[in-house]
Amino acid sequence: MKLKTFPGGVHPPDNKQYTSAVPIEEFPLPQKVVIPMSQHVGAPSVPLVKVGEEVKTGQKIAEANAYVSIPQHSSISGKVTKIDTFLHPLGAMSLAIEITGDGSDSWIELVDEPDFMNLPVEEMKNRIKEAGICGMGGAGFPTIVKLSPPENKPIDTVILNGVECEPYLTADHRLMLEQSEGIINGLKIIMKILNAQHGMIGIESNKPDAIAQMNKLLASENNLSVVPLKLKYPQGAEKQLIYAATKRIVPAGGLPLDVGIVVQNVGTAFAIYEAVRFKKPLVERIITVTGSVVNNPKNLKARIGTLFSDLVTYCGGTKSEIGKVISGGPMMGYSLPSLDAPMAKGTSGLILFSEKEARTIEERNCIHCAHCVDVCPMNLVPSLIAQGVKGGDLTLAVKAGLEDCIKCGSCAYVCPAHIRIVQWVDTGKLRYAEERQAK
Amino acid sequence: MKDKFIVSPAPHIHDSTSIPKVMWNVVIALLPALAFSIYYWGWKTLFLTALGVLAAILTEALIQKLRKVPITVYDGSAVVTGMLLTYNISPGSPWWLPVIGSIFAIAIGKQVFGGLGNNAVNPALLGRAFLLASWPSLMTGNCWKPTMAHNLSASSINGISNLSAISDSLATISPKAYNLVTGATPLKVMQTLRDTTFINTLTSDPATNIDLGTKIFNGLIDMGTLKSMFWGNIGGCIGEVSVFALLIGAIYLLWKNIIEWRIPFFYLLTVAVLTFLFGGIPGLPETQYSLSLPIFHLFAGGLILGAFFMATDYTTSPLTKNGRIFYAIGCGALTVIIRLIGGYPEGVSYSILFMNVMTPLIDKLTMPKAFGKVKK
Repeated sequence: MKLKTFPGGVHPPDNKQYTSAVPIEEFPLPQKVVIPMSQHVGAPSVPLVKVGEEVKTGQKIAEANAYVSIPQHSSISGKVTKIDTFLHPLGAMSLAIEITGDGSDSWIELVDEPDFMNLPVEEMKNRIKEAGICGMGGAGFPTIVKLSPPENKPIDTVILNGVECEPYLTADHRLMLEQSEGIINGLKIIMKILNAQHGMIGIESNKPDAIAQMNKLLASENNLSVVPLKLKYPQGAEKQLIYAATKRIVPAGGLPLDVGIVVQNVGTAFAIYEAVRFKKPLVERIITVTGSVVNNPKNLKARIGTLFSDLVTYCGGTKSEIGKVISGGPMMGYSLPSLDAPMAKGTSGLILFSEKEARTIEERNCIHCAHCVDVCPMNLVPSLIAQGVKGGDLTLAVKAGLEDCIKCGSCAYVCPAHIRIVQWVDTGKLRYAEERQAK
Repeated sequence: MKDKFIVSPAPHIHDSTSIPKVMWNVVIALLPALAFSIYYWGWKTLFLTALGVLAAILTEALIQKLRKVPITVYDGSAVVTGMLLTYNISPGSPWWLPVIGSIFAIAIGKQVFGGLGNNAVNPALLGRAFLLASWPSLMTGNCWKPTMAHNLSASSINGISNLSAISDSLATISPKAYNLVTGATPLKVMQTLRDTTFINTLTSDPATNIDLGTKIFNGLIDMGTLKSMFWGNIGGCIGEVSVFALLIGAIYLLWKNIIEWRIPFFYLLTVAVLTFLFGGIPGLPETQYSLSLPIFHLFAGGLILGAFFMATDYTTSPLTKNGRIFYAIGCGALTVIIRLIGGYPEGVSYSILFMNVMTPLIDKLTMPKAFGKVKK
């Protein structure tokens, strides 16, 4: 089998063995959920409910207040008990709605339309918009915006991202095995909305069972195919995936739609399917709870807003002291000061490191070894970006590629001087934005 | 359960390399060459290397103490500098030569710039250049000649194998030619041959001169000589003579991903192409465009040591991929220019030093286009 890939990249140990063979388990109804108003890229949602109000599962509790925004829904039935700032799964404190459950899980009214593929495109889009779906692979871009490209940008290909190149995570893998048909239906809906002719599912070669299963299901479809990809990080980064699957290069500063492509995560595709067929809002997702210190690592189907501490308890607690809590993957995820944060729509994993694994090594002088240059999938000079930002020379940082960095962390992963290159990029991007605004 | 965990920027995993790991791996890669030098020249080379390394470590530690910065000699970078410096001097050197060289290399070549990562040129090469300028007679001339027992076997003179047949009579036919082939390193012989006035004065008969010159040349690039050069059975500096030993180390570094292929590959390729085209001896028509000549030049002198271990020095070689290619071609071209028309028989060190200085400029001019950036 010829595997496709992109230039650059790294090979971190994938550590998926903890959960790759563990079937998805339904997490029991949580007693309390915290629904953040910013689970997506764009304007935060605006609460529609007041403290004390009764809500049903799936009820809209916050409205999108801009084009690039999404509504939020209650993921359990119960009472709104707080609207306040809470620890966000990406680390900061931000506005969220706390709902205390009544234990009944009474849902809003759902539908079932087996003939969903024949719904008008506008109705499909409306249901997706109302379901509050954003990208579930981590970035969290509002899905409806991605599905509404400008008319002068025709889309011919939809790629589903089933790469899951982050180590440890197996949520997408399990979903592809257990909900293959729903995912394929989601792909067909997306293709219908965009009027695209081709559909692909990109899967890394370390998931041969998922590749085989999708291949089997797609055998009779002549415009849908599986693209097996080489095991390499960041294979699932949008531009790298597009290049590997189609050899098309997304222009710098551009979007996939500039080259006629829309990419959606497999989890998002499944949510789209459920939204269109059942009018079901996005109130649950698959999350991998794993790491060397977790007693029983699992793939859980859990309600959005479930607290990380509840997930860990359900997985049997920990064998030893936790050193670090990571929401997302170990390459691009965020470390949290505590387990009090809730899982959001884009939270694909909760990883717990032991104290030993959490140890960090002091940053040293750059020795110009250029390993970062060799692994950068965007063909940048990461060490000079860091040097430019550190030394206050933003011109140098921009020349070395500050704006084009996708923050995959490959550079910092191989840096023998342990320079926190991604952090310097973040700082640089902020400063550069300020600088341009000042002008 | 604790309620506060470590918060740090992504990525949260690391491939476990570190500066010490890199540097100690370079030390390991340099060991085969040291073993070969001990085999050819005896324990003295180990003694000299140890002195060079010790001087480098102590100098670094002392200066870091004076600068009130953390002492980082454990990271192995000073050890690498001390080894490379000693590898670049003659096995016949006095004990203080590697000591002074290492002190200079670390103090002036590295620490005055702010230590590891900030130096402009390769410290070991700067140290060597300093020694060459200060004690030229120790650094060239007779000291280059192998002096221990094993190196000159009966069947070869200075590794030049097929000259043994004529060597006895050579002393009577042309004492000058005899002195040449028994005295110096292969590169020195090659350089002397390129001097037409030298060939013309070998004997009084011009035809014999051409014949003798061609014979010496053929002896230099003959299979037996190349074999001796490959194993290291020739005159030269402590760590540079055994191509075989150096290649073991080089393969190790490539395998461990510590050096990247571009610099050594383009450096060696440039030397091979240019010496093939221009390496023949002027005035000796039979010596032009020999396929063995590039091999001779690749094996000779400090090229293998330079291409894999010194031109690849992180801090002083370009970051960008294309920059590395230009840099390596520059090193190769300068090496050939110095060898073929310069005043020194060998040009590796000066070429690398010169290209080290060009590195910031090369990086600036070869800044890569980001993936997806359209050419303007």
